[in-house]
Amino acid sequence: MADAALPKPLAAPAIWRRLWLPLAIFAALALVPLFFPGDRYVLTLVARAMILGIAALALDLVLGYGALVSFGHAAFIGIGGYAIGIAMEHGLVEGFVTIPLAIAAGALFALVTGAISLKTRGVYFIMITLAFGQMAFFTAQSLARYGGDDGLRMYGRTEFFGYRWLQNEVVFFYVVFALLVATFFLLRTIVNSRFGRVLRGAKENERRMRALGFDPFRYRLAAYVLSGAVCALAGALLANQTQFVAPAYMSWQRSGELIVMVVLGGMGTLTGPILGAAVIVLVEEALSRVWQHWKVIFGILVVLVALFAKGGIVHLIERRRG
Amino acid sequence: MSTTLLAVQTLNGLQLGVLLFLIAAGLTLVFGVMDFINLAHGVQYMLGAYLAAMFVAMTGNFFFGLLLALAVALAFGLVLEVLVMRHLYDRDHLEQVLATFGIILFLNEGVKIVWGAAPLHVPTPELLSGSVAIVEGILYPVWRLAIITAGLVIALVLYIVVAHTRVGMLIRAGATNAPMVSALGVDIRRLFMIVFGFGAMLAGFAGAMAAPVLSVEPGMGDNLLILAFVVIVIGGIGSIRGAFVGALVVGLVDTLGRSFSVDLLRMAGLGPGDARTIGPAIASMSIYILMAAVLYFRPTGLFPAKG
Repeated sequence: MADAALPKPLAAPAIWRRLWLPLAIFAALALVPLFFPGDRYVLTLVARAMILGIAALALDLVLGYGALVSFGHAAFIGIGGYAIGIAMEHGLVEGFVTIPLAIAAGALFALVTGAISLKTRGVYFIMITLAFGQMAFFTAQSLARYGGDDGLRMYGRTEFFGYRWLQNEVVFFYVVFALLVATFFLLRTIVNSRFGRVLRGAKENERRMRALGFDPFRYRLAAYVLSGAVCALAGALLANQTQFVAPAYMSWQRSGELIVMVVLGGMGTLTGPILGAAVIVLVEEALSRVWQHWKVIFGILVVLVALFAKGGIVHLIERRRG
Repeated sequence: MSTTLLAVQTLNGLQLGVLLFLIAAGLTLVFGVMDFINLAHGVQYMLGAYLAAMFVAMTGNFFFGLLLALAVALAFGLVLEVLVMRHLYDRDHLEQVLATFGIILFLNEGVKIVWGAAPLHVPTPELLSGSVAIVEGILYPVWRLAIITAGLVIALVLYIVVAHTRVGMLIRAGATNAPMVSALGVDIRRLFMIVFGFGAMLAGFAGAMAAPVLSVEPGMGDNLLILAFVVIVIGGIGSIRGAFVGALVVGLVDTLGRSFSVDLLRMAGLGPGDARTIGPAIASMSIYILMAAVLYFRPTGLFPAKG
């Protein structure tokens, strides 16, 4: 009975059947700079989609595998961004210092807020994460020294070993790409590990996991902290891309958008969030070029996704393939 | 900090509190009875304000305009229930959050198409314009007092309806155990529809009452929605009494915090510069800290409806 309680790790042939889609996506992404050489617009747009893909992956860990609906994940993106921006404001631009700093800041905020939020369940969890997100938003807004409501403009991108590699859009693109792939495989390994199986088990049946001697709270908190850390990394990248960070990065609408990405792509699949982020970024870009009031259409799309997107895009693709 | 300022700010806090109550009342009932998270409740407040602005301009009379706005807000709530909400009662909270988030995006942009992006202004009705002296030498706008009074009257009416009528009994029963009520032969779907429609109307009423004080603009409901969520979480989901207490506490803490945080910090020994930087930050966070504290010690709020 104890074995049945934990979802089994995947068998070897199944792994390849499950990996063809993400590998195809990664291959397509890797080719983008070759098909659009020197096209800053496309490179920037796709890099942005990949950065939000990293954030959506992070959210999927808690949302898809832990069934924890966090409505405050944009806060971690903002914290990562502000860590880079504030460090730069004080003359600290070395990426090997500032990026870990950003990740640590996100992890710390996740640890503190997670320890409180995870005491609650269901609706209350949604609301308290929302409240912490708003707290971060208002704190950023009141940072008068760092731009306050107007946001913080940065004079350049993060340097590595004193060189400004990232200033080149192609280099930046591949750095983001590499981090996306790394995040995907890291989270995939974690989800399929014993840790991930306990996390999923607690989602299916918390009482049974307790009976087996696991304390779901500790696993959920660890997942939440990891998720916050990865989201902060995405925030650091986003701030680097735009060379700008503002309280708007943390607004609750942003948190909502992240959830839309995960659900649209397919919760608890890790591939889905990447697809969802790409689709949302592209749809937003396309609609906003056609019509000034594009959010009306986008809103209807979100309602339709909520009503009919059972399993998300990934599910549709994999079902079609048999 | 002078006592006169304290008196005025307390009244302002009460005014915010009753507005929050009008929004939170619908929200907490929809939440409690149907287990449905309606993020779109804030845009219904906004819609009330826009409808009031339109109908007041059309009829030239605030009270006719208000009545028309309420009727349309109710109708709109019912249409929304039929089109979207009723398909979501049996779904996850996640899908409810998502769908109502989409409605927010739709309506916040939709009002820009219909009424334009520029803020609208609604004149205060003449009968209730001007100010009165609440204490010797302090004038306070009559309209703001009217908002407070209207809010308190509605709170009383709601209390009587919920505590002493048959519909109220069903609502309370529904909030405690909806499947049981349904099993006893009550048409729970119709009850849901009524609660949802009137919740939307109450939010619209709050918007219409606030219209002369605030500027009517897209997104005006978003921040109030979050505050209303804080209110019902503090008060306990599904409880009208909790919503009332929570709304007044949040309204007062938020308003007084904003006006006195700098002075309080200076009294606590901080330098004027530091106090001026930290004060506003703490003030805007205070209600969230309050909510986190309440949830930490009482994870289901102050007056939980479910036993």
